[in-house]
Amino acid sequence: MSEPQQEKRTPKKPVPHGVPDPKQFMHPVLLRNIGNWKYHDRPRPGVLHHVAKSGDEVWTVRAGTQRQMDVWTIRKLCDIADQYGERYMRFTIRSNVEITVADPKKVEPLIKALEENGFPVGGTGNSCSMVAHTQGWLHCDIPGTDASGVVKSLMDALYEEFKNEQLPNRLHLSTSCCEINCGGQADIAVIVQHTKPPKINHDLVANMCERPAVVARCPVAAIRPALVNGKPSLEVDEKKCVCCGACFPPCPPMQINDPVHTKLAVWVGGKNSNARSRPTFMKMVAAGLPNNPPRWPEVTEVVLRIVRAYKEDGRPWERVSDWIDRIGWPRFFEKTGLVFTKYLIDDYKHARATLNASTHIRF
Amino acid sequence: MKPMHPTPLLDELEKGPWPSFVTGIKRLAKDKEMMVDLLGQLETSYETRLGYWKGGTVSVFGYGAGVIPRFTELKDENGKPKFPAAAEFHTLRVMPPAGMHYSTDILRKLCDIWERWGSGLIALHGQSGDIMFQGATTENVQWAWEEINELGFDLGGAGAGVRTAMSCVGAARCEQSCYNEAEAHRAVINSVLHHIHRPSLPYKFKFKFSGCPNDCMNSVQRSDFAVIGIWRDNIQTDAELAKRWVEKNGGPEGAIANVVDWVINRCPTKAIQLKRKDQVKEGESISSVALTEQWALEIENRDCVRCMHCINVMTGALAPGKDRGAAILIGGKRTLKIGDLMGTVVIPFMKLDTDEDRQKLVELAHKVIDFFADNALEHERIGEMIDRIGLVPFLEAIGIDPDPNMVIHPRSNPFVRTDGWDEEVARIKAKKAQVA
Repeated sequence: MSEPQQEKRTPKKPVPHGVPDPKQFMHPVLLRNIGNWKYHDRPRPGVLHHVAKSGDEVWTVRAGTQRQMDVWTIRKLCDIADQYGERYMRFTIRSNVEITVADPKKVEPLIKALEENGFPVGGTGNSCSMVAHTQGWLHCDIPGTDASGVVKSLMDALYEEFKNEQLPNRLHLSTSCCEINCGGQADIAVIVQHTKPPKINHDLVANMCERPAVVARCPVAAIRPALVNGKPSLEVDEKKCVCCGACFPPCPPMQINDPVHTKLAVWVGGKNSNARSRPTFMKMVAAGLPNNPPRWPEVTEVVLRIVRAYKEDGRPWERVSDWIDRIGWPRFFEKTGLVFTKYLIDDYKHARATLNASTHIRF
Repeated sequence: MKPMHPTPLLDELEKGPWPSFVTGIKRLAKDKEMMVDLLGQLETSYETRLGYWKGGTVSVFGYGAGVIPRFTELKDENGKPKFPAAAEFHTLRVMPPAGMHYSTDILRKLCDIWERWGSGLIALHGQSGDIMFQGATTENVQWAWEEINELGFDLGGAGAGVRTAMSCVGAARCEQSCYNEAEAHRAVINSVLHHIHRPSLPYKFKFKFSGCPNDCMNSVQRSDFAVIGIWRDNIQTDAELAKRWVEKNGGPEGAIANVVDWVINRCPTKAIQLKRKDQVKEGESISSVALTEQWALEIENRDCVRCMHCINVMTGALAPGKDRGAAILIGGKRTLKIGDLMGTVVIPFMKLDTDEDRQKLVELAHKVIDFFADNALEHERIGEMIDRIGLVPFLEAIGIDPDPNMVIHPRSNPFVRTDGWDEEVARIKAKKAQVA
């Protein structure tokens, strides 16, 4: 389709609709049972069967997508939902598509249609769901790496774990292209870790950056105003700098991204659910991994090591954090073959609370 | 049509079983020069390991947020973009229907608009919870937006304002739902649209709505204002579904071992016990259900922290109580700049059954945002503000009484001035007497 002719038009005032009411886009069986569901089970991986108190039943087939979808892919999903489903779908927080039907006979043909068109059915229960991720080089203004490419590589490697329910509990992954961590907390997270202080282009700072705001942004007070070559600029105390990159968004001349020194770190044990333990934050367990497009094999290898150890050793219903709570950190490093280094001992705010103030010691 | 740039690195991402975004972008490049050049720039990033977008100011008429401007920085020696058709590649953040439900009809209409005015690339959904219409020229942003707006959709948040919220599938399809997440989501967000469209807060402010303590929206870690469903009364049980669970999970003998391993041993407060059927206690706070001829589960609900674990394992046989509502946790965020913060409890329970209940949530949200607007420093999130001023001044400003559910344990140091103690005890007792 070619672009329509550009004409001189007067822009319209926006109508502040707010969040649309989902009722207009909901499967009619969902619509008439809002707030009245009784239970669900999973007839097979990738399929949820929900039963309402009214006796109504629905089957939902969940499938993975690439999240960044071209209109043709979305239309393909619409074709599948029109032909094999009942014209409705929704998306999960991890960009899986869910097509719901009220007729159980439609489930198998729907699964077949999704898989034939390249959408793997799975992601339910104790499987590894799609990676929650960010924009990366495709669209972000501050990324240290790409997102979609890392995710594609990881999900190719974890394809069977997505399609089957063979893990101790659900496994959530995320990736993030800088330490802001838009990908979020996860059982296993891959996050950019810069290893060198920003390189400053002193010619540009005065014009592009609000210097006091940049000084204030630094979490370790490592930035101070300075006159460089007669121009107002900023300088970084490189001994104090923790290479977090927080100064880069408000001041692009403080370039933090580097083709070699921007590395990746892997984190484990983030859990948002309150099930069993309180929610937990993830912990860094590996760093210094090369930023290696197009497929980041070193990152995939570390993630797979952790997944394999968890799959083999985790007990039913243990999330990664529960598993590590039981086996302890020494055993975690032993089982995954990762190396515990001094960099993994916290020295930032609240660090003291992460030290072992007991003789609960494992051998 | 412009010829494709060679993309040997991106081509590697067309291999393997998972759906490929590269294949999708290549399909778009057949009709869109913008996408030919986008692939050129992305391939360059894969070669050099650097990003090439910078922000700027692009907006739609009448709003101050919701468009993420992107201009290429990849230029030749004369300052001309190397990939000119993708030199402007802006994103529209659009708020999806609560719970991300779509008819194929509405999705097709959205696709048509984006094919007409944009690149044809849409993320369902971004980490902010928005539909991300990615890739439009500065000129076309407005025209795409007007057609999206005509369908009843609105732009999402960006910058220092209220952001697009997220809510789980919840009441629409989940038995664990403790309130109508979509209604609460819409009631709150649609009452603060001015904070979304014309951001003027100290920093971003995010709401997330999860229907139960499984918190599928990650609200505790990722939102300033987390609304998490919970119930006050006893866990409900269903004898028939318990029997079916036993049949499916090892039969009368095997299932008992599984119940011990999977349920009893994993209860964080030991509120659930396996008992001989004839020894099960009765009482106001006891839930129980028979598993076999001999064995039953007994739950002391006063000891239960509503963690969801046993309910997740034995869905249907066990279920949240009937007296449902939500807890409000304030202040979750990631590291910058005082270290990671979880949201913390400020309202242990509130009902959210009716419009009137939801109005109370809306009023609370307004109070919290107003206090945040008046008291946070620039670029300070509300969790950091509370860390700086203390929880008590925050509670007093909002008009909430302290509650032991707000802490893991009481203070463990003596460094506090307590000369108001007696008056405070008297005040609380008087208030309690008034309620009773």
